[in-house]
Amino acid sequence: MDRYEIRLSGAGGQGAILAGIILADAITKADKFNVAQTQSYGPEARGGASKAEVIVSEKVIAYPKVTKADFLLALTDSALKKYLPDLKKTGSLLIDEEVFIQDKDLLPKEVIKIPIFKIARDQVGKIITANMVALGAMTALFDFIDKGEIEKVIAKRVPTDTVELNLEAFSAGYRFIVE
Amino acid sequence: MANPDINKYYRRNKLPHIWCPGCGHGIITGAIVRAIDQAGLDQDKTVVISGIGCSGRAPGYLKFDTLHTTHGRALAFATGVKMANPELNLIVITGDGDGAAIGGNHLIHACRRNINITTVMYNNSIYGMTSGQFSPTTPTGSLATTAPYGNIDTQFDVSNLAMAAGATYVGRSTSYHVRELIDLITNGIKHQGFSFIEAVTHCHTQFGRKNDLGGPMEMMEWQKENYIPVKAWAKLSAAEKEVKKTRGLLKEEEREEYTDKYLALIKQVQAGEEKNG
Amino acid sequence: MKTEKVLLQGNEAVVEGALLAGVRFFAGYPITPSSEIAEGFSRRLPLVGGKFIQMEDELGAMAATIGGSLAGLKSITATSGPGFSLKQENLGFGIMIEAPCVVVNVSRTGPSTGLPTSPSQGDIMQTRWGTHGDHPAVVLAPSTVSNTVDLTIKAFNFSEMLRTPVILMLDEVVGHMRENVLLPAADAIEIIDRKRPDGNKANFKPYEVKGHDHVPPMPDYGQGYHYHTTGLYHDETGFPRGKSEDAEKLMLRLMHKVDYYRDEITLVEKKYLSDAKIAVLAYGSVARSAESAVEMARNNGIKVGFMQIKTVWPFPEKEVAELAQKVDKIIVPELNYGQYVREVTRAAGGMAEVIPLNRFAGQLISPATIKEMIEEED
Repeated sequence: MDRYEIRLSGAGGQGAILAGIILADAITKADKFNVAQTQSYGPEARGGASKAEVIVSEKVIAYPKVTKADFLLALTDSALKKYLPDLKKTGSLLIDEEVFIQDKDLLPKEVIKIPIFKIARDQVGKIITANMVALGAMTALFDFIDKGEIEKVIAKRVPTDTVELNLEAFSAGYRFIVE
Repeated sequence: MANPDINKYYRRNKLPHIWCPGCGHGIITGAIVRAIDQAGLDQDKTVVISGIGCSGRAPGYLKFDTLHTTHGRALAFATGVKMANPELNLIVITGDGDGAAIGGNHLIHACRRNINITTVMYNNSIYGMTSGQFSPTTPTGSLATTAPYGNIDTQFDVSNLAMAAGATYVGRSTSYHVRELIDLITNGIKHQGFSFIEAVTHCHTQFGRKNDLGGPMEMMEWQKENYIPVKAWAKLSAAEKEVKKTRGLLKEEEREEYTDKYLALIKQVQAGEEKNG
Repeated sequence: MKTEKVLLQGNEAVVEGALLAGVRFFAGYPITPSSEIAEGFSRRLPLVGGKFIQMEDELGAMAATIGGSLAGLKSITATSGPGFSLKQENLGFGIMIEAPCVVVNVSRTGPSTGLPTSPSQGDIMQTRWGTHGDHPAVVLAPSTVSNTVDLTIKAFNFSEMLRTPVILMLDEVVGHMRENVLLPAADAIEIIDRKRPDGNKANFKPYEVKGHDHVPPMPDYGQGYHYHTTGLYHDETGFPRGKSEDAEKLMLRLMHKVDYYRDEITLVEKKYLSDAKIAVLAYGSVARSAESAVEMARNNGIKVGFMQIKTVWPFPEKEVAELAQKVDKIIVPELNYGQYVREVTRAAGGMAEVIPLNRFAGQLISPATIKEMIEEED
């Protein structure tokens, strides 16, 4: 795989950044690709739109940020509005089924709508695990990373008393795509 | 008290000093040397650090590892040295401009941390080396080159400042009451924690001349009249208390010393690490 | 010793590199975007018996760092632009008294409070000329996380070798980004420690040079040398005499010691230059955009090469002059209003046209922007 650009976006506090870090860490551990992860910081990361970017490549990654994304996760209307223009037409979009699509013309070939927040709220029981549901779905969609690798990193990176919950959310998102 | 061997502690080839004839700085520096001797410090393990100003030149005359730093920063340098090697004895020499104005922040935080450094502030109520501008300890109403119509600033009581900031040993004496000064510094050195000794002295060249206070003799007489032992001061009338100031040991308390705390922290986290594999 | 790849942030890479280099003392003050460095040291240093202290301000942090060095420990501090401005006073003192230490500046967009979480290279001249008076400067600028580990180790080595503070200039992009990194094994890296005196304490002169490298050996406090150090111009004994001849001798030595090691400390990467008519010269995070742009342009058949300056100061005069001789045009993209480009122009001496490309509003220059300029100039 040459260069694959992933952007995870949402509102501050939804955990898009943590999901990006976990993804990057798992890619590192698997040691098949190089990875570069950047994110929004400061006031921007605490409220409003928040984003993480993960570049994956077999080659050395020179430019570390997204130029034109291959994959976009958008958890909110405003995140979608902001980042959809930078998504390749040949790319993939993962959104919550309730996210409002304003610019239908900009949609890429592949649009995956899943009830991210509904799964988190009803199946897992904590809406705050939506980021892990989304990460589970992404893992099922990506062919360059194994489920097991991500699970190991989740267990290491989330607070000890929430590991089980986060893994459950991750599996729920993964299953939704696979099944 | 026996006089210590001047050749042991002074860099004789650096004398005579740069201070004006009659200056009190030599008396205070002598008191520090006698206190170091009295406290029995290992000369090899003692570091003397100063900032900028007349007081800043004192370490150059003393035979230790000595560091003449930037204006007001002596305590910050000393904090680094002490943290890096807590076995070293740290003496900081500062002035009223150096320690209470530009270096005031370092002073209050060194007090707060209770790091084992002995600080002697040579308080002559003026910026002497830059020829007589008013300092934070210049009395209100006094004349200075930057207060030609009289100083409108309020004075700092630097000992009160150190006490309020959490210094665990605070003493004040003068270049007149030199035996008391030596004992205060000695006990400050022995104290396990931050010690602050305010050494009140005279700058007849700048402060005295501008304010018609006479020469060194007259100014030391003034110190004698106006600095009163703590107990005697307590019995003064309210009006007298407005004018006269305390001398002697002002505060002494026990509180865990900063580098001791850090060494305990190292032990604790290393033990935790071993336990967790 | 075997190591495995880890996902590391640029700021964390400073901590890892410093620990590999043998750092045992950190003094700092919180500031975005460098705080992860202080946080990392506060966690890691006590585990190896090292010391961490959060000082009351940036001036104190620089002072304490020098204090740690004088007491014999490899010492480091970290900050960003506003704090770097405050550190200049004692940084100059460190250069004057020749205290080895490392000062990290994770640059953000200035002046003043500016854009605290956006990258900038606006401090590049401040790293050279920030403190008052003439002085040498040794400044390294990494562009990747892995590079940051490597250059942090080198920053310590150079500072110990030269007996001078070395500045490590990251920017917000490099400081905050995470990448997969293979940390070097501790036994596989070269570590340089300062020269210490031979133990002869009688008539010890702390600034007497015996070797050819103009660097005097340095005792630790507490070893019994009873030596004096001052920020005033001083002679070999360490004492000030207020004489011009002492000032001249000391300044020349401070400059000459950096000149003496110039080849060893000059780190420059060259790529695709053999057939190049145009070169892009960059440092820090911009070097990544530049390298991408050069590769994109080469794929389109443009003969363009790339030079990354890792040791930004002392300025790589010889390398830039050679480059100017070789190519017709040098493009210098920078995250500022145009600073380093002036040095490049000077060193190019008219042999090549030097073209600035500047962005100063907190955004990393994109490869596309640089590629466009390459195409325009082709």
